[in-house]
Amino acid sequence: MATEADDLKFRDPEAAQELAADIERQMERIDHPVEIMHVCGSHEQVIAKFGLRSMLPSDLSVTMGPGCPVCVTNMPEVDEAVALAEAGTTVATYGDMFRVPGTVKSLADAKAEGAAVEVVYSASEAVEYAAAHPDEDVVFFATGFETTAAPTAAVLQADPPENFYVLSAHKYVPPAMEVVAEMPDTDVDAFLAAGHAATITGYGLFEEFVDEYDTPVVVGGFEPLDVLYGVRRILEFVESGTSGLDNAYPRCVSRDGNEAAMSAIDEVFALTSGEWRGIADIPDANFVLREAYAAHSARRQFDVDPVSGDGDPLTEECICGDIMAGTATPEDCALFGEECTPQNPVGACMVSDEGTCKIRHEYGGHPEL
Amino acid sequence: MSDDARDEETVTVAHGGGTGRTRDFLEDSVVPRFGGDADGLAVGLDALDDGAVHEVGDRSVVVTTDSHVVSPLSFPGGDIGRLAVSGTVNDLAVMGATEPLSLTCSLVVEEGVSVGLLEDVLDSMQAACEAAGCAVTTGDTKVMGSGDVDGVVINTTGVGVLPQGAHVPDAGLSPGDKLVVSGPVGDHGITLLAEREGFDIEGDLTSDVAPVNDLVAAALDAGTVTAMTDPTRGGLSTALNEMARKADVGALVDETAVPVRDSVAATGELLGIDPFDVANEGTVVFGVDAATADAVVDALRATPLGAEAAVVGEAVTEHTGRVVLDTGFGRRYLSEPEGEQLPRIC
Repeated sequence: MATEADDLKFRDPEAAQELAADIERQMERIDHPVEIMHVCGSHEQVIAKFGLRSMLPSDLSVTMGPGCPVCVTNMPEVDEAVALAEAGTTVATYGDMFRVPGTVKSLADAKAEGAAVEVVYSASEAVEYAAAHPDEDVVFFATGFETTAAPTAAVLQADPPENFYVLSAHKYVPPAMEVVAEMPDTDVDAFLAAGHAATITGYGLFEEFVDEYDTPVVVGGFEPLDVLYGVRRILEFVESGTSGLDNAYPRCVSRDGNEAAMSAIDEVFALTSGEWRGIADIPDANFVLREAYAAHSARRQFDVDPVSGDGDPLTEECICGDIMAGTATPEDCALFGEECTPQNPVGACMVSDEGTCKIRHEYGGHPEL
Repeated sequence: MSDDARDEETVTVAHGGGTGRTRDFLEDSVVPRFGGDADGLAVGLDALDDGAVHEVGDRSVVVTTDSHVVSPLSFPGGDIGRLAVSGTVNDLAVMGATEPLSLTCSLVVEEGVSVGLLEDVLDSMQAACEAAGCAVTTGDTKVMGSGDVDGVVINTTGVGVLPQGAHVPDAGLSPGDKLVVSGPVGDHGITLLAEREGFDIEGDLTSDVAPVNDLVAAALDAGTVTAMTDPTRGGLSTALNEMARKADVGALVDETAVPVRDSVAATGELLGIDPFDVANEGTVVFGVDAATADAVVDALRATPLGAEAAVVGEAVTEHTGRVVLDTGFGRRYLSEPEGEQLPRIC
């Protein structure tokens, strides 16, 4: 399967131009507009950073769906973390989460007012911090998809210090793809699935989805040639009028995935329904700690009583949800680049380096460059 | 701004980050308060250039100042002393004053810092002065209580003299001018970030901190330099955007032509930080009249710091005030980094 991807040199502009020429010929034969949705902030980063959209024909759109874990973290989840920080625990979290607004304030605001908030690069760094500060209660505000849920599970299995707690806002991607595929105004022809989530889950996970929604899914990697190769593979499905599943990232992704990581996730977390910010209440897409890990559950061990407000009044106008559902672009938002900038973000899509709006603001969209 | 709003807004790290918020602060709060005209002022505060230029008789006098705060105080390739001299010598140089006349040294030291450490820093300043051909001629020393200042802060002010009108602003680009970079970009910022994060990375990460006045002199001798700046805080991205914005031109840059060391590129990817967005302390960006661009690059390459100098792009009439980067794949904007840089999560 897809052995050609193994031979791709990662950053070869000439090979990229050849792939782009193939794609252009495919689109001429297909002869109608095609929309591909990817569901990963890292895909959006590579597409924007290398200017890949400017290589694609104008009737082929590659749109980012609900692929930014920071962006889909619900405001009340941020409120919980803020409340814990203000109640005197030390909240450790990933840098992207630091400035995401809750309904009242962000963790950055809480820190400026004197709360203890530490930015960490990994779950194990949060554990190290807890071990080094035994007189503090350290809460790891854990966000991200399967890729970061697995390391959170691993540190919980490895007998962490008593003063280490997890506030899980981890999310599971596949149900969100189903929700998007079922949205009535979504016009997605195919999905480019996230390669690193698939290193954990395996690509076999998507077999059911492909059957049920009759939509092609190709798992793609994160170098510019990986993306172009994945797009070309998707267009082969579109051109032949078939749905199907392919792995265009075989150097990292297998059919069954990382079984040890999956079993760790399964042992530590249960799936529950919950709100993805701006998108929908999604069934079985939120990871919560199982009862066996209650001793390390921030929600179980602390009386978390978040103050919730109405949010920034501008959030009423924010269309992050439509953007993440792929039904609107950042340019469709009246706030984009005006009231909402990376310095003063209104919606989460403008906060995270993985957010569609921030990426668009930094790199431009598909301008005539 | 109302008094309430003024009291509510606090200074953040981003105010000193050298990018958008710093510029807003300077334009809103600083420049309007100091806007007086001095006699013979050719380049003043409102230009937000690397220094001020006064016309005195048949000479131009360049003045610049910089306070240096760096963590850690010592890092691969240099320390705060070398940085304090290089930073000010370089700001003079990129205004065209390549023979610094006088340098001040104002120390603010935290109580408890060892005299030995302080003497090492002063030795390092003197060594950098010798490399730049200048001398510290006056100074000041203050000590603050333990915890009131972080280690050592050094302010240096530099004065340089050149023939009247010979200064080079950062705003002088015209369409057609070539953009030249004097050496690899990102070395200083990525080295410091890697040190600070405790990343133990194999490779040759070293700050580029060095006085560049001889390198600049070589460029000025070899061709027609229309604009110049040193891409310190905010990096190459900010420097190019400022040059384009101030001159009302666009800049078209070939990413593959910009020298970046492999170790810097790799570490930047690991940290989620673009080497184009971080500080350089021994690198210069030139706008050069196209007819003399090759001569300038050749002259730069003959200097010890300029071996990898290259033409990286040109000023264009389109995309006014913006920088368009040709990645070798497609094109996209090269924007200024915003405020402090946060690590990515996945």
